[in-house]
Amino acid sequence: MLNFARPMADSGWHLLNMTKGVTELSAQIYGLHMTIFGVCVLIGIVVYGAMIIALFKFRRSKGAQPDTKMVHSTKVEILWTAVPTVILILMAIPAARVLIATEDTRNTELTIKVTGYQWKWQYDYLDDGFNFFSTLSARSNEARQLQSGIDPRSVENYLLDVDNEVVVPVDTKVRILLTAQDVIHAWWVPAFGMKKDAVPGFVNEMWFKVDADKPGTYRGQCVELCGRDHGFMPIVVRAVSKDEYKVWAAERKAALAPPAAEPAQAPPAADPNAPATASVAASVARG
Amino acid sequence: MSHHEHHAAAAHDDHDHKPYGWKRWVYATNHKDIGTMYLVFACIMFFIGGSMALVIRLELFQPGLQFVDPAIFNEMTTVHALLMIFGAVMPAWTGLANWLIPLQVGAPDMALPRLNNFSFWILPFAFTLLIGSLFVPGGGPAGGWTLYPPLVLQGGDSLPMAIFAIHMMGASSILGAINVIVTIMNMRAPGVGLLNMPLFVWTWLITAYLLIAVMPVLAGAVTMLLTDHFFGTSFFSAAGGGDPVMFQHIFWFFGHPEVYILILPAFGIVSEIIPTFARKPLFGYETMVYASASIAFLSFIVWAHHMFTVGMPLAGQMFFMLSTMLIAIPTGVKVFNWCATLWRGSLTFETPMLFALAFLFLFTCGGFSGLMLAIVPADYQYHDTYFVVAHFHYVLVPGSIFTIMAAVYYWLPKWTGRMYDETLGKWHFWLSTIGVNVLFFPQHFLGLAGMPRRIPDYSVQFSDWNMVSSIGAFIFGFSQLLFVYVVVKAVRSGAKAPARPWESAHGLEWELPTPAPYHSWTDPPSPTLIARGAEH
Repeated sequence: MLNFARPMADSGWHLLNMTKGVTELSAQIYGLHMTIFGVCVLIGIVVYGAMIIALFKFRRSKGAQPDTKMVHSTKVEILWTAVPTVILILMAIPAARVLIATEDTRNTELTIKVTGYQWKWQYDYLDDGFNFFSTLSARSNEARQLQSGIDPRSVENYLLDVDNEVVVPVDTKVRILLTAQDVIHAWWVPAFGMKKDAVPGFVNEMWFKVDADKPGTYRGQCVELCGRDHGFMPIVVRAVSKDEYKVWAAERKAALAPPAAEPAQAPPAADPNAPATASVAASVARG
Repeated sequence: MSHHEHHAAAAHDDHDHKPYGWKRWVYATNHKDIGTMYLVFACIMFFIGGSMALVIRLELFQPGLQFVDPAIFNEMTTVHALLMIFGAVMPAWTGLANWLIPLQVGAPDMALPRLNNFSFWILPFAFTLLIGSLFVPGGGPAGGWTLYPPLVLQGGDSLPMAIFAIHMMGASSILGAINVIVTIMNMRAPGVGLLNMPLFVWTWLITAYLLIAVMPVLAGAVTMLLTDHFFGTSFFSAAGGGDPVMFQHIFWFFGHPEVYILILPAFGIVSEIIPTFARKPLFGYETMVYASASIAFLSFIVWAHHMFTVGMPLAGQMFFMLSTMLIAIPTGVKVFNWCATLWRGSLTFETPMLFALAFLFLFTCGGFSGLMLAIVPADYQYHDTYFVVAHFHYVLVPGSIFTIMAAVYYWLPKWTGRMYDETLGKWHFWLSTIGVNVLFFPQHFLGLAGMPRRIPDYSVQFSDWNMVSSIGAFIFGFSQLLFVYVVVKAVRSGAKAPARPWESAHGLEWELPTPAPYHSWTDPPSPTLIARGAEH
């Protein structure tokens, strides 16, 4: 049963760090993560270095005599209060810059309303007027039952596969409006860098823009405890070229033709400068 | 103080005159007996909560669901946290406060002995109720220890049981905190000034104020859950004009100071143990006091960093990011001061010192990941993943729990008059330290690679590090049985301990005979003793 012998490629041993992701924001967040990690490593070298030197150098077994007069030093204490303060200020600047960028939801080109349910996601393409549910794929669902007897390793994308994928165009600023029907959920695709809670009765907003050269399938999960099957409501997003997206959206629209009254209610196609409140109101009206 | 005139009359029954049998414990008013009960209780809860953690790690050993239903898994994560926080760590601190504060400030007992009895005896009832809630219709509490509505309101009969249990624990904590404050403020022997107190007394004083400030907030939050569920209010329901996120704000206004309630006494313990085994006074005593107070103050203005993904305004996120980063400054000062205490010392490595040093290394590691978590955009990636699980277990297990064990090893000779077995103590230390790192370090990797917390099953690329983590959990978990064995063996058949088992230990408790008599400091310590004890 132990899996030490499996090939490196799918073993998971190599998964040690945050993904750099495939969006503008995720790359910036990754950069921030590596910077703060680097800062911690540098401070760690100094602090752990001092501790380790002390542990070896000042042992009684090596005849070390205690310096009982060394109890206080205003100079040193001011120094080791001031230096961390400066480091923190320097760190806060890039962090604040990226934070401001994450909150900048202006000029979005496509809006998808995402609604969390116990235990599935609903995706509402507000601009194109169609929607669908997305649930755990049947194969994973079968394998994940208690003592199912199915080896999860034999299931492709175990627990990270759905029946209906979300499709988004690359190189397009996509706005996600998040809400939930029952309890709080959270929507996260690590490759996109952003995560936000879906709170019943409220609408949250976030955005991502997949790099033009990074079409592909990206997977994530619900990340806010939402009950028994919290671990079983994955998110799969397929990023395709703008043209492919148009074809897909047209097919979706045709296949899931909304009721007659519906098109009239559909909000105007992505008005990039529409105030957030108006769009939120529209999305709430639809929900 | 008026001890002097009463002392002569009381002298004949001063020593070891104690009630026998069950009455000694049920009617206990002696701080040492109550302290012992708190510590034993904490140990029992540690093992019950720990076995729940092992159920979690057993299920996560491999992908797929092998042992428990996801609902049971959620009950385990929820009750594990509640037991460890409220049942193990907090009562252990109160137990140590009971044992040590009167000895260290030269007081004959805690100020309010009957209140002390009451605050302890609430706990067995509270935790019977909580653990009992696992067996009622609708299943145990499974909404996470953070009790977020609306999810928590889906609970069955376990919901009111868990809420009443939390009310009782809260009442117990508040009473204990009042007792600590009154004892420290009013019962210090003449000549023991505030800035002469050992750091453990200081950090507990600050902790007690935090408890009084925030436990009522938790009680209010859970009461609102109760009325939302049973009496038709809508505090946390958007449909009735409430807001589920408001609960999170209230909860974390309690929750963040709570984090420091769990760690501040540890700072005090470490500040006592390191100087003893470095044979050198604590570096920057006053700075340590001020740093502890700053941390306590900051703990009230950082709560929303637990909920950066909840959808807060930019200004709010910015404020909570900066205030959280500020905490690194006083915390850093403390770590530097401990390092400076080691510097130019004359170190030996008995078990209490080993645990204190593990605290120093591993708490600092938890501090680093905490700093990373403060950076809001990066937190969007870390939030609710195993990275967070790794972070808070690093500060709570090698932070709080290792320190509690260090304290037990350090003061056990004074409490019982007997030494523990040093070899076994070291075995316990190394098994625990290796186990805890094998257990929690890979969880950083899992979180960064994208594994959410609180899931009973995971996608296969997370298999390997989960397996390592589970192996670490079993090493760590089972090696705690050794701790019980070492303590029981010491109490029953340990070698007789001298009055001052650690030659450079300072503090009034070491001026007492060993074992500390049942009634101590009925005569306040003399100025000479105080001066000698205060050479911190």
